[in-house]
Amino acid sequence: MTATELPGDGHATEPRAEGPRFDGHRGRWVGASIPRHEDPRLLTGRGRFVDDITLSGMLHAGFVRATVAHAQITGIDLTATRAVEGVVAAYDASDLALGDIVALLDRPAEEFTPTAMPILAKDKIRFVGEPLAIVVARDPYAVEDGIEAAVVEHTALDAIVDEETALRASTTVHDEAPDNVLLDVSMFDTPGVDEAFADADVTVEVTTRSGRQNALPLETRGVVVSWDARDDQLLVQTCTQVPHQVRTLVARCLDVPERTVRVTVPDMGGGFGQKCVVGREEVAVAAVAQRLHRPVKWIEDRREALTAGFLAREQTYRTRAAFDADGHITALDVDVVCDMGAYSCYPFTAGIEPLMASAEMPSVYRVPAYRVRGRALTSNKAPTAPYRGVSRPQYVVAIERVMERAARELGLDPVEVRRRNVITEFPYTGVNAVTYDPGTYRESLDLAEATIRDEGWYELRESTDRHIGIGFCCFSERTGYGSEAFAKRKMTVVPGFDLSEIRMDTTGAVVVTSGTMNHGQSHETTFAQIVADRLGIDTARVKLRQGDTERIAYGWGTFASRSVTIGGSAVALASQRLGELLCRIAAHLLETRPDNVALDGDGGVVQLDDPDRRLTYEDIADVAYLRSHLLPKDVEPALTATASFDVPGDGTFSNATHAVVVEADPGTGAIRILRYACVEDCGVVIHPKVVEGQCRGGIAQGIAGALFEEITYDAHGEPSAASFIDYLVPTATEIPDVSIAHLETPCAFTENGAKGAGEGGTIGAPAAVLNAVNDALRHTGVELDATPIHPRVVLDALEGGL
Amino acid sequence: MNDPHLLSLTVNGTEQEVVVEPRRTLADVLRHDLRLTGTHVGCEHGVCGACTVLLDDAPVRACLVFAVQAEGAEVRTVESLDAEGRLSDLQQAFSDHHGLQCGFCTPGFLMLAEGVLDEQPDASREEIREALSANLCRCTGYQTIVDAVHATACSRRQEIPS
Amino acid sequence: MKPAAFTYHRAHDVADAVALLTDLAAAGEDPKVIAGGQSLMPMMNFRLARPSALVDLGPLRRLPAMTAIRSDGDHLTLGALVTHHAVEKATLPEGFAVLSRAMRWVGHLPIRSRGTVAGSLVHGDATAEWCLLALLLDAVVVAEGPSGRREIPADELFHGFYATAVDLDEVVVEVRFTRPAPHAALCEFARRHGDFAVVDAAVALDLEGTAATGGRIVLGGVAPAPVRVPEAEAVLAAGGAAGDALWGAVADAAAAAVDPPDDATTTAAYRRRLTRTLVADACREASGGLR
Repeated sequence: MTATELPGDGHATEPRAEGPRFDGHRGRWVGASIPRHEDPRLLTGRGRFVDDITLSGMLHAGFVRATVAHAQITGIDLTATRAVEGVVAAYDASDLALGDIVALLDRPAEEFTPTAMPILAKDKIRFVGEPLAIVVARDPYAVEDGIEAAVVEHTALDAIVDEETALRASTTVHDEAPDNVLLDVSMFDTPGVDEAFADADVTVEVTTRSGRQNALPLETRGVVVSWDARDDQLLVQTCTQVPHQVRTLVARCLDVPERTVRVTVPDMGGGFGQKCVVGREEVAVAAVAQRLHRPVKWIEDRREALTAGFLAREQTYRTRAAFDADGHITALDVDVVCDMGAYSCYPFTAGIEPLMASAEMPSVYRVPAYRVRGRALTSNKAPTAPYRGVSRPQYVVAIERVMERAARELGLDPVEVRRRNVITEFPYTGVNAVTYDPGTYRESLDLAEATIRDEGWYELRESTDRHIGIGFCCFSERTGYGSEAFAKRKMTVVPGFDLSEIRMDTTGAVVVTSGTMNHGQSHETTFAQIVADRLGIDTARVKLRQGDTERIAYGWGTFASRSVTIGGSAVALASQRLGELLCRIAAHLLETRPDNVALDGDGGVVQLDDPDRRLTYEDIADVAYLRSHLLPKDVEPALTATASFDVPGDGTFSNATHAVVVEADPGTGAIRILRYACVEDCGVVIHPKVVEGQCRGGIAQGIAGALFEEITYDAHGEPSAASFIDYLVPTATEIPDVSIAHLETPCAFTENGAKGAGEGGTIGAPAAVLNAVNDALRHTGVELDATPIHPRVVLDALEGGL
Repeated sequence: MNDPHLLSLTVNGTEQEVVVEPRRTLADVLRHDLRLTGTHVGCEHGVCGACTVLLDDAPVRACLVFAVQAEGAEVRTVESLDAEGRLSDLQQAFSDHHGLQCGFCTPGFLMLAEGVLDEQPDASREEIREALSANLCRCTGYQTIVDAVHATACSRRQEIPS
Repeated sequence: MKPAAFTYHRAHDVADAVALLTDLAAAGEDPKVIAGGQSLMPMMNFRLARPSALVDLGPLRRLPAMTAIRSDGDHLTLGALVTHHAVEKATLPEGFAVLSRAMRWVGHLPIRSRGTVAGSLVHGDATAEWCLLALLLDAVVVAEGPSGRREIPADELFHGFYATAVDLDEVVVEVRFTRPAPHAALCEFARRHGDFAVVDAAVALDLEGTAATGGRIVLGGVAPAPVRVPEAEAVLAAGGAAGDALWGAVADAAAAAVDPPDDATTTAAYRRRLTRTLVADACREASGGLR
């Protein structure tokens, strides 16, 4: 396979369900970078984000939050708060008496310890920023006045702030977990691990660490909840990636029938995983809106978002790998420790990170023997949620550092070591019991290396006294986790399928629903392309509706690069079924056999043996709705179709290789990225610019993790970054231009041949950058294995220590 | 203490009078009193730039201006850019170059770019990149935003982007 | 992140501003002056600053002197409401051109469009470019208070940790730079473009042909207030051929002389190392690229 101009000319060869359908799935629209349907409103300021919503009589809410990391609460006095001008009400946990958020795994007690996250802290404070009480006032200014007036009394406890203090367990975050471990699994332990190490020509050991980050959607979390007496419903308008999960949890915590909760999602300013879990604040606001029978808005401010929002990423991998003299890896033995913070997130639990890492650690390499222990620790830090990549940025760093270290030990080129180990025959079932569908692991590596070589970067590196380094990262990314794959995690809430319903109106325009949830990924455009090709209509006639629990029976939202694989397949199937219905009605009206008609690709159905005989969709819709007496006897009125889709087996793997050239500044230790090349394969590309945008945006976040962003905690559990002064989100001057080459291996078992594209950039960048920095430091004898890389550390290395 | 003030200012060419608490930021007055919600709020401490508007033609953070300080001023927000449903050249360039994903930072970038292009019509791509580093975007990696603004600069000076 | 309540008072001229400050203080208020507000407002939004009253100098922009940039032989005078961006755009005499060049380090265009020179000096951040430049070019801050005007030389201005010699009831009227430096530069390092510097260095060289005969070295980020470094200036005063050898000696002397803080951001050793780099870079730039 070679890099292709997009749109490519091949597509999935898998036979499709028989049926009268327009030109399969690669027609006029799929593969074209059409103007985004989302753009006009977002460019003119006429989008509608949560904080843009104003309702009559609306109040504003905010939270009294913990100022210490770990303490017994001895009293919360809201008397003064309630007396503040503008404050309408204030409640603590005892006032609201809500159910806790509990996320579970179906695993034995020795593997998993369930813990509860109360909506408002009850007896105990577990992190700085934890919500203790909710204050409702006439405007957000008065809310903060009220919060200031609250009096919280507590008895401080020692803070658990890192792996060492957690495992020492002098105090516990949760009584249920006396060792501060929420998940502890030992997996695989395939035969031959110890023997392989005994027989190894080279054994490498690498301890890699990643700092605690914030996914940092630019729009913070927020919610507006109102009571609709006519619908007998709480209307929860919130920026969430998982609207049905919010509905389920609000209903459970408030102990009301789920029917009485409706969740809708307006435009959403990014999520990146942080909004794919259900927060306590949304539930608390729903409770006070229900109690007050008035609309209540809460908009998280940036200080809250940085300190009390869901964080991510802080993990340590102790990796041992055995290699033979030819550079083949023969065994892998890993200890994964993830600092999950104060609580288990819903619905994924604190197990999400170590379970992901443990299952997928062998990455793109043929690893014959594998053993892993994965642990989730609890600590007095803000809890974590999945963040774009979920453990893969970290385990890819671990395995890619192993490859680099082995290359050094063996005196081999690090790309060559990868080449000797990378999976080349598919489907490949790994030692981790995961089956990998076809991809371009080797091809992407070769092309990335050739790109850098052909541009002369190796020569520059050798011919200069500048500190230039070249780094690679080769990885795959499981996308489109279906219910079967998620069930292997043993979650009690198993995401996977998605539903779609399509309706055509009397003008031949369609509205299609999806349980996925656009928040920047351009679903309104890409799903319209899929539908337009299936039905042979212009994308302008397709409107996608998402994010309304009243319109979609159930949906799993958007996370884990699942939208185009699963949701896109569901809308394709629904469209195809609608096409079949159109043909059936048309054949009846044309008085011919059903197999003698087909969609004509131009908004109509044509009679195959007499192409002059044709009915437009408007003609057919006219009958289906307005003259239904003309319908065939066995066809019901209305032009609607539904479909569900679930990826079978282990899902589908996108893959990529990133190549980076960096330069270290000998005066400051600052790292400048001179060149960034990405070669990626996400199967059939629906919209090239959207895929490239996902890659570039992901890479920017990966670079952020590699070089800039971190929230640390001091010994008392006080977070270091409460503002953008301290949390270093990179800007346009820190993020380089990125070239992107596409390879295309269509997925055989998604409807459109597409694989997911949402997370890859973030996964590959940290390892590629770290490897490049180490290459720049190759003469110093120093190897760095932790991110973010502080320029001070680089300077220390360049100067042999200060 | 804290008495409301009567504030007069011109927003997108329309004279407005609003009664505001002194502590109310210009961002909040634009969004919540005047219902011009295109201006977004991302950090409220002047770093992210989502709230960038033109105040007497200069790009400023609307979260770092008390509305009362804008007495008599002219404010332009993102809502002023398109005309009769037609995108401006800059807005069109953002769409053409896929310079936005979630769209939350976009109004701030558009108003920043208008200020920059007005100030430095001859800006090179690298100068544009440096100027745009005033604002944060979490989705795009910035490249396509720089492309869009550079293309607009070139077309306004009737050049072909190199 | 909404500020605490305050009363708002528009000043119509300098005397009015001083009277407002005096009267409010006498009434038990805790008034503060706001001009561009680019340093004060973030702190107020975090409620780290919570003056009970603000006296707004904004209306004084209509007074020409408050926004004037005047060159007067060996002096350059900036009205108190001159913005960073106005200085950036201005064509200044050679002896003060470093001011324009240094403005690219001050935040970003939206901050520079609104923030004022005087506001930055009174805020007194130890890494603020204007504070370094004030020491470099012998600025004199002219402040008006209840008992009239007084002049505060830059070397008496900074008391450390955001404290300055400008009293709470005083209003800065203008800032006068009295020491032209045709061979001057400011260099800084921040991990992200536009941020507050970790360390910044301002250098003014006295050059005779290609020989250095003296100069001034000012550093930010190594002490609670911006500081001159006599030990490094002594190396310059001893003279020598302008070039990397001399710049290195000056930089080494500066790095050896400072006693920077170890804090949550970074280490003293790293700040010292940055000092060496930035002083050398600034010397090179100030000399017009002499190596």
